Amino acid sequence: MNNLIDLEKKINSELTTKINKTSIKHNQIYVEIDKDDLIDVVLFIKTNKDTKFRQLIDITVVDYPEETQRFKVVYLFLSHEFNHRMILSYFINENELISSLTSVFPSANWMEREVFDMYGVNFKNHPDLRRILTDYGFEGHPLRKDFPLTGHSEVRYSEEKKKVISEPVKLEQNYRNFDYESPWEGTKYIKEISENNDKKN
Amino acid sequence: MTKKIKNLNLNFGPQHPAAHGVLRLILELDGEVVEKADPHIGLLHRGTEKLIENKTYMQAVPYFDRLDYVAPMNQEHAFALAIEKILEIDVPIRAQYIRVMFCEIGRILSHILNVTTQALDVGALTPSLWGFEERETLMTFYERASGSRLHANYFRAGGVHQDLPAGLENDIAKFCETFPKIINDLENLLTDNRIFKQRNVDIGVVTKDDALDYSFSGVMIRGSGIPWDLRKSQPYDCYDQLEFKIPVGKNGDCYDRYLCRIEEMKESVSIIKQCLARMEKGPIKTFDGKISPPSKAEIKQSMEALIHHFKLFTEGYRVPKDEIYTAVEAPKGEFGVYLISDGSSKPYKCKIRAPGFSHLQSMDYLIKGHMLADVPAVLGSLDIVFGEVDR
Repeated sequence: MNNLIDLEKKINSELTTKINKTSIKHNQIYVEIDKDDLIDVVLFIKTNKDTKFRQLIDITVVDYPEETQRFKVVYLFLSHEFNHRMILSYFINENELISSLTSVFPSANWMEREVFDMYGVNFKNHPDLRRILTDYGFEGHPLRKDFPLTGHSEVRYSEEKKKVISEPVKLEQNYRNFDYESPWEGTKYIKEISENNDKKN
Repeated sequence: MTKKIKNLNLNFGPQHPAAHGVLRLILELDGEVVEKADPHIGLLHRGTEKLIENKTYMQAVPYFDRLDYVAPMNQEHAFALAIEKILEIDVPIRAQYIRVMFCEIGRILSHILNVTTQALDVGALTPSLWGFEERETLMTFYERASGSRLHANYFRAGGVHQDLPAGLENDIAKFCETFPKIINDLENLLTDNRIFKQRNVDIGVVTKDDALDYSFSGVMIRGSGIPWDLRKSQPYDCYDQLEFKIPVGKNGDCYDRYLCRIEEMKESVSIIKQCLARMEKGPIKTFDGKISPPSKAEIKQSMEALIHHFKLFTEGYRVPKDEIYTAVEAPKGEFGVYLISDGSSKPYKCKIRAPGFSHLQSMDYLIKGHMLADVPAVLGSLDIVFGEVDR
């Protein structure tokens, strides 16, 4: 499929009920599915001769704490053959278990570990679900919106105990977040360079 | 009588010069043969993505310098492109050439470091001494354009921060004349060197299928014979107007990847030359006062410019609600930014896709069955920089 619109049609006609919504934006195709259809959909787009999304670029999660379905899980795929990019996503609740992609793409291993580490989303059938980026013995999931930017604990070397110790964060001044948002709307972006303006200045 | 033999567990790094930073690699050895490798990463994790969510778009740019700190501007490029696509800004042509030129300088910076330290890891000291002198020259170009050698903070959504200072273009052109000789010198030292070949040929072989399955990109995928380069296949800025070739490897081993990097440096020099030749005087950033800050002279004269300046450096510019993934061909592979904006002046989510992350992940697959001494060689050819792996 050399054309994104054909690709969208193809995916919709082949996977019909498994696809909730598709759209094309910024030269990429956005597909929304249900959590249970993940493996089926991914197997299809990986192996079908008209799609050939042979590479998993990344897995990530977006946190919307106010929503009932809190996490949006996002998979980015790339098809070298047809030069297309696909963004596949679905919503889950906070404690829902989702299937791991490691059996289809071995590279999903660390990406899922990172998602688990940063957001606390659990994967079933993952061979080795450990924390990856945070420290040994770290608690909490730093990229959740309700995790403070300053974190909960800080480490330092203790002269008395002769070792590195972890303590609750002590700040001389609280983290301040100024709200600069203006109630006024900006103007539309000016595309043409107005030569008059140049002369004036 | 039977003897029980236990495998040896070896802790490689985090403080080891051949670990290229802060990698802790737990190796399970059977004699000298590696049975299993388990990289522990995250020792340089700084929470870049979390910090970006709390900064305005302009304040987020410096964080990208600190990812792959060997080629800072290539990362900034991905972020700037993502914002530009959402805001639908056209970048002036001069700015595009400047950006592409500095991206290629970044590519040379990164490849010199990688090629020479790979040689260092397998026992050759001289290349790094020669190569680093050239890196120093390139970093002075960075400094003259942006004010700092490494953490440039030079690209902006809509162009670059300031125009090139007088004389810089000439000096870069001079460098393009002298640098190919240095590449030749490096090649004389390494390409046909018996020891270098013994240490690299047929080591860490990646097949085409595995390169795809393990999400490889950049030199790692081209070394295995897949002609894939985002500068050609999904051109951004002015890459579609420039002529350059994509070197592709044959065997997918460490030696082929080394050859690809050497060839890419030569191509980069030719791209820089083309940029210099086509660059004309003109604007270097978008004229929209709502996005790019006014000049100092304008602020002194125009009330509107003063307001723009104030608003841009307090509130920042707002980016309409959207979701986008943009990728650039960074020296190490596909560097991508998955950006979700919510209409405010701060990104709602900014996921950074670092090529080194997927490359390092395959360490276990690459090194299984190799000797312990091959670990630094394979690690060197993966081109790992921990700033981007740990983020």
